[in-house]
Amino acid sequence: MAMSLSDPARRRLRTLGFLSPWLVGFSVFFAYPLIATVYFSFMHYNQIKEPTFVGLRNWTYVFEQMPLFGPALRNTLWLVVIMVAVRVVFGLSLGLLITKIKTGAGFFRTAFYIPYLAPPVAATVAFVFLLNPGSGPVNEILGSIGISGPNWFNDPDTAKPSLVLLSLWGIGDLMVIFMAALLDVPKEQYEAAELDGAGPWAKFRYVTWPSITPIVMFAVVTGVVQTMQYYTQALVAGKVASGVNIGPGSVIQPGYPDHSTLTVPQLVYQMGFQNFNTGAACVLSLVLFAIAMAVTMLLMRKRSGLLAAED
Amino acid sequence: MTSTALSAPASASTPERTSPNRGPAAARARRKRILHWIAVHSVAIAVALLFLLPFVFVFLTSVMSDSQAMSGDLWPDSWHWSNYKAVFETPGFLDWWRNSLMYAGLGTLFTVCSAIPVAYALAKFRFRGRRTAMLLVISTMMLPPQVIVIPMYLVWAQQFHLSGTLWPLIIPMAFGDAYSIFLLRQFLLTIPKEYIESAKVDGCGEFRTMVKIVVPMAKPGIAAIALFQFFYCWNDYFGPQIYAAQNPGAWTLSYGLESFKSAHAVNWNMTMAATLLVMAPVIIVFFFAQKAFVEGVTLTGVKG
Repeated sequence: MAMSLSDPARRRLRTLGFLSPWLVGFSVFFAYPLIATVYFSFMHYNQIKEPTFVGLRNWTYVFEQMPLFGPALRNTLWLVVIMVAVRVVFGLSLGLLITKIKTGAGFFRTAFYIPYLAPPVAATVAFVFLLNPGSGPVNEILGSIGISGPNWFNDPDTAKPSLVLLSLWGIGDLMVIFMAALLDVPKEQYEAAELDGAGPWAKFRYVTWPSITPIVMFAVVTGVVQTMQYYTQALVAGKVASGVNIGPGSVIQPGYPDHSTLTVPQLVYQMGFQNFNTGAACVLSLVLFAIAMAVTMLLMRKRSGLLAAED
Repeated sequence: MTSTALSAPASASTPERTSPNRGPAAARARRKRILHWIAVHSVAIAVALLFLLPFVFVFLTSVMSDSQAMSGDLWPDSWHWSNYKAVFETPGFLDWWRNSLMYAGLGTLFTVCSAIPVAYALAKFRFRGRRTAMLLVISTMMLPPQVIVIPMYLVWAQQFHLSGTLWPLIIPMAFGDAYSIFLLRQFLLTIPKEYIESAKVDGCGEFRTMVKIVVPMAKPGIAAIALFQFFYCWNDYFGPQIYAAQNPGAWTLSYGLESFKSAHAVNWNMTMAATLLVMAPVIIVFFFAQKAFVEGVTLTGVKG
């Protein structure tokens, strides 16, 4: 069993070799741009002339003067709180439902899962059509039973809730994660609880919940980070619902109606790629980074099972 | 609640018991089970209908005439299959397909090839900094892509003159994708050490062990990351918007679809036909690879 690879130096080299794609990727496509983002956040730069140092001017501009920063941050936080909460509760309910199904489980699992696969742009365009206030099938059906439907994506008060509805349609991934966690709860614990006379609620509260808490935690944290990046659906919904004709290269104001669907990532795009205010865009990026990082740290501390299977 | 209300008359009205050896309590329990079955399945059917109806409405609208698609009617008067033909004949639509296939195909290939050795090392090698490396992988996985997009765009556009193409999105995938590495590493943890050790006893080097032993055993995990990456690329909107927007010849289906709607401002039927055509490949592949999908989703959340 005398192998040449037992030599520690060669072993280290071998490890580096296997890790090298990631080491290159991490430094070139992650560490470098992150440092550059910090650098540009202190520069005035319009992507044509050389960058010039302006100290904290971009930072004070974003936090004190930028008119859309407040609405964008508020919308993003609204989505983070409401969308994540509603998704976790609904995903868990659907997971509980699917584990109780005896007949046709495969069919129901597929039916609940498949909307998750729909490309976000296609799903959003479809939802803007379905929820179209004038001629959409949903308001048509509501009208036929005597309810006058809301204006959905065309009303600042219901645009964000409509996005939540769209996200619930794509709940499949959460459902599968919860389903797997629920099936992992040891059966004997339910039997023991039943012998003690526990009803359905007590069984959920004292048997199911404690054993799925790590997964709920995981769902909340990844949900928060995903919602921090909420971009495609909000942008496409606003554009398509506004009905404006957008040719290539034309500049549109995101967030229709009344900036109600404007999120921080959309503002990053607008600042960086339409207004060419690189400094302000980088400040906004770093605000996103700070929030996402804080949440990730929380995840690492709580572990939530992410790194548990270390060995 | 319904079960207790209905069980009293139920047991009273069934003096002829299902099984002579069991008392009325057993019959009541059976009733309760049946009612429970009905309740659960009614809820499931209702929810399934709600989940599937959008597809049905989108499809029905896609075969309506131009004017009927705007009317709010739910059922087509006559079936205009030619809408689909018209979508394919829209200038650029076939190019979007080609570009989507290139982005998703090469992106997947690169991701799989780079993720396998990294995931293998992170799962099976013991070295100092292994935990830190894992933490860094997860941190990058959790990071919004908007955080680093601006400097990356500047490099690709100004140093490599590759804006207006999809290469700035495809090339980085040859250098590892955090999500795929994480997922595959979780899968590789489930492969028993003994297989790898016995391969080494037989004189296999680390690389040969990976190719000959680990890759064949990890096929389901590799299938899962390939599928997820393919769909990530197929569905990506932000990336193509950053790099391909200024050149319609480089647009992908996901990016083109939204501009398709803008160009056909009133034609919901055509838009819905195009929408279904963008969804179709994903859903067809899903039916062939359900197991790999569910395995992948579960792995990220549970087997951690």
